[in-house]
Amino acid sequence: MTTDVDLTTAVSQQFPSVTARASLDCPAFNVPPADVPALLRHLRDALGCDILTDATAVDAGAGAAPRFTVVWHLYSSTSHRYVRVAAACASDTDPVMPTATGLWAGADWLEREVYDMFGIRFDGHPDLRRILMWEGYPYFPLRKEFPLAGLPTDLPDAEVAAETGTGLISAPMAGGPFVARSGRPMGEAEPRAKDEAWSEQHAKPE
Amino acid sequence: MAPDFSYPDAAAKAAAVFPKEFEPERMSLSMGPSHPSTHGVLRIQFELDGEVVTKADPVIGYLHRGDEKIAENMTYNQFVPYTDRLDYLAPLANNMAYAIAVERLAQLEVPPRCQAIRVLTAELARVSSHLMGVGAYGIDVGAWSVFMYCFEEREKLYRLFEELTGARFTTSYTRIGGLQRDVPAGWTEKVAAFCDQFLPILDEILGLLSRNKIFLDRTVGIGVISRADALSYGLSGPNLRGSGVALDLRKDRPYSGYERYEFDVPVGAHGDCYDRYLCRGEEMKQSVRIIRQVVQDFPGGDWYARDARKIFAPPKDKILSSMEELINNFMIVTEGPQLPAGEVYFEAENPKGALGFYIVSHGGGVPYRLKIRSPSFCNLSILPRLCVGNMVSDVVSILGSLDFVMGECDR
Repeated sequence: MTTDVDLTTAVSQQFPSVTARASLDCPAFNVPPADVPALLRHLRDALGCDILTDATAVDAGAGAAPRFTVVWHLYSSTSHRYVRVAAACASDTDPVMPTATGLWAGADWLEREVYDMFGIRFDGHPDLRRILMWEGYPYFPLRKEFPLAGLPTDLPDAEVAAETGTGLISAPMAGGPFVARSGRPMGEAEPRAKDEAWSEQHAKPE
Repeated sequence: MAPDFSYPDAAAKAAAVFPKEFEPERMSLSMGPSHPSTHGVLRIQFELDGEVVTKADPVIGYLHRGDEKIAENMTYNQFVPYTDRLDYLAPLANNMAYAIAVERLAQLEVPPRCQAIRVLTAELARVSSHLMGVGAYGIDVGAWSVFMYCFEEREKLYRLFEELTGARFTTSYTRIGGLQRDVPAGWTEKVAAFCDQFLPILDEILGLLSRNKIFLDRTVGIGVISRADALSYGLSGPNLRGSGVALDLRKDRPYSGYERYEFDVPVGAHGDCYDRYLCRGEEMKQSVRIIRQVVQDFPGGDWYARDARKIFAPPKDKILSSMEELINNFMIVTEGPQLPAGEVYFEAENPKGALGFYIVSHGGGVPYRLKIRSPSFCNLSILPRLCVGNMVSDVVSILGSLDFVMGECDR
């Protein structure tokens, strides 16, 4: 296994369902969710990509099909190369992906974070809880429809909420940060907030 | 000698042997988020059998600011100050990792002088971060004076940072395709002078700990991470190398011209707290070695990518004298550096470990998705396994030896 081309050939021979994924750097593969555990195991055991360095997800936005893609980055401790593996979740309303916790202990927290931020459940994960947000938080913040300023919610602690009578409010960011869109007429090209959940057209979320 | 805790749950083990009425009662203890030994806002929910940890559940997210969400809403250059606030003990190294990740997306190579300045600042940041790591570790296990020695040296570094970037802490020094500005005249001589006086002091600092009986008692054989565990949990940086895995991205996948410099990668033999401490100590010496080579052979020429017209803003004097450059500057500031569509993943060897940026671009000046692979997050994920079977006081020693930063863990 000397080059990236060898690795790509080895993977496509072993897994006919795997297709190449557009990438500017390392070899990358698209794989159906059902083949994810087998492919990751094969990459780890037979092809030397023995470190799970990152697992995350990309949301293509409401209406896109498939909407959620989970992306793993593996690193080889011997040949010092990265491999990217991506799998699109079958369902957009209840996205599910097989877990990699049986292969790498480090997948535990990484998958919890993906669940916390995107609401993608990992089938077979031993302890799928929220990790950065608190237990009981109602939203998945890295989904595209979630506004940058945040949405008002109750405080995590019911006792504190009852005592203070307040909840969490959206961030007072005055609509920013401002970015100009390219490819528009100059008159409309003035910098605007990319997240227009709160702008001149839409009132501030209460 | 610690009792045999190969069985993870000591209370359950005792319950299996003793009659029901002797079953030990377990205590629940919450350590943090505001506790001096948790280095920030880490909280660990313990279940204890007397003094011994039977279960540890880290609760993180107290410093979660949604950096990845923020990144999706602003241009690439606007996000640079947010990278300062990841590992806030080494902002210069974060700046560089982020800039290189975006430049990989643009397929842009910066000139040698820019690379050399970035390497120089990243290694200075490594020294300052490890000084903090070693100093704070000293306090954790009861050695106050080490911390004061370390802070004096760190202060000297911060003066150098201030002269270079205008800020001591949140430097925001890199731009996509270059830097905020060139090094000031005479600055590299000051860096060289710092190195000359630093090495003897570093030996003195490490001499206060390395053969100190109390320090050895608190660290040797404590918190042992096996090679297999270190790889399985995705540890990186000195925590991985302390377990004997000689992986260093500066050597294995050189970026920013690291292949031009000679340095060694220290590795531990046992994977305990003491080995991780030793690795940090030696890494500081290796960083000084790199810094000296950079200063000695400091390249001239451009300090930003001159040909990247749609990415790096033109010099100020050109903006004020040429209409074309003024428009270009306006476009870069308002629309951001114009980058192609595609996906890249780049990891840099930061003081805390491998800091990675996964960028999904649909073209233009704003990332569609930017994921930050945080070394502190992955390094802390081993805690539930590492704490069990240890005394509570050893947990303090273990936490200090992992040298994490919550700003980076929670993002």
